[in-house]
Amino acid sequence: MEKNQPGALSERARESLLGMIKEEQRKSGYISEEAMAGIAESLALSVGDVYGVTTFYSFLSTQPLGKHVIRICKGVPCFLQNAGMIIESIQEALGIGPGETTADGRFSFELTNCIGACDQAPAMLVDDEVHGHLTPEKISEILKSYD
Amino acid sequence: MPEKRILLKNCGKIDPGDIQSYEGQGGFKALEKALGMSPDAVIAEVKASGLRGRGGAGFPCGAKWELARNAQGGEKFLICNADEGEVGTFKDRYILQHDPFSLLEGMAIAGYAIGSKKGYIYLRAEYHYLLKGFTKAISQCREKGYLDDLDLEIREGAGAYICGEESALMNSIEGKRGEARFRPPFPPTSGLFESPTIINNVETLVNVPHIIQNGSEWYRAMGTKESNGTKLFCVSGDVERPGIYEMELGCDLKELVKDLAGAKEIKMVQVGGSTGRIIPGDMLSTPLAYETILGSGAVMVFNESRDVVDFVYRTMEFLNEESCGKCTPCREGTEVMVEVLGRLVNGEGVEEDIPVLEELGQVMKLSALCGLGQTAPVPVLDTLKYFRKDYENRISQSVFLRGLKTVNG
Repeated sequence: MEKNQPGALSERARESLLGMIKEEQRKSGYISEEAMAGIAESLALSVGDVYGVTTFYSFLSTQPLGKHVIRICKGVPCFLQNAGMIIESIQEALGIGPGETTADGRFSFELTNCIGACDQAPAMLVDDEVHGHLTPEKISEILKSYD
Repeated sequence: MPEKRILLKNCGKIDPGDIQSYEGQGGFKALEKALGMSPDAVIAEVKASGLRGRGGAGFPCGAKWELARNAQGGEKFLICNADEGEVGTFKDRYILQHDPFSLLEGMAIAGYAIGSKKGYIYLRAEYHYLLKGFTKAISQCREKGYLDDLDLEIREGAGAYICGEESALMNSIEGKRGEARFRPPFPPTSGLFESPTIINNVETLVNVPHIIQNGSEWYRAMGTKESNGTKLFCVSGDVERPGIYEMELGCDLKELVKDLAGAKEIKMVQVGGSTGRIIPGDMLSTPLAYETILGSGAVMVFNESRDVVDFVYRTMEFLNEESCGKCTPCREGTEVMVEVLGRLVNGEGVEEDIPVLEELGQVMKLSALCGLGQTAPVPVLDTLKYFRKDYENRISQSVFLRGLKTVNG
């Protein structure tokens, strides 16, 4: 990437910042300190600026994540439809709690706020896919489909 | 009042992957008609229709467009807010999935009316699975020449509830932290990159082709004095048939949740999302309109078995987590509310907790920077009004538990 001193580019240049961070996450699975420094240099921003944006958004991670990321919705409509049971099933199936990654690096498990699938509650996202009307019985089938 | 499918008329009928099926239902006729009118005439029609913002705030759409049209400054921007993060809301997702062309036709008309050549669609990260289909819809519109005058770009969020708030959304597009901005200036005069900007919700824009095609008089005939047209309601929670129901504004909440969605033994309903008003079960005969209660269109139903304080605590935890942290009343206010409600939930409540919640709630309403902080205390204050006994019981339980501890040493 091109190197630029902080402040060397126009204010509009940082418009591409969030997209670049997301691309890095997609490519490497997380945003390392080196990646942040590289992005900062190319957009003529301080590393602090890039860090500030990266840590603001819940879908961005500064720690390595598993190959697949499970995000169980903890919104009120899902909670009313027993999301708690789904959280327990995932915990049992994977042997990890929210915010953790399996030892084999296959899954990371997180709780997330409303994913807009309240009509299919309880619901979760695995990577970019929605799984709705969840029951504890369905969990192992779903997990099996992600290698 | 039965369902009235106007905004949803194409959903399930057209193939969202084929523009010809939309054209076959009369699609893009409204754009053609709009292009034959002057931009001022388009704005006048939307103004006369009484259309108000469907994202929750309810600002008159035509008046907003007029401000942007008349604003000085070079480039003007049009932003479609598809960051549907409000808890219990999924109507925009449904439109994007089943009828993306209606939204794009609405955007083309809006761009023409305000004089914008550049438009953004801000899509929440949680809806990434909609990106492919929606991108295809945009390219089909481009090929057909419907977007010749409006360069559209999709920007994806990265997981932040606050980015549905318009000033935070603009910061996010600019590559900044999604923090709310001080206002004024308001977006129609100085918004994205300090240029005049119009930000409309998906549902608001989908109304536009119908207004242009059928006229403002037809539109005004639906709804109440201050709330015209239909509204998409997202019903969830303790109901037999959760889903989206399109109803004329002013319709009865009781009919929606009981007759249509099949709710039974209702303790309360929250209307408008996580910071929406609470309606207790014995007050369900309430019209849904801007004059009364509306918000984003989220309708969450709680049956008699639900615990009020538990629900309010969960909601406050969510708001605390999603507060952008820029202003003190919201950042610290939600923090303290989580602490106090947490005490009640864990059986450690004290007598002073209720007056503390009430006083703090008033302060947040008056002094927070944006809608999130200003409305964060609403579920607390509303439940204190209607379900005070539940809070008092929690405190007496706490007192009792402490007494036991003392006795047992």
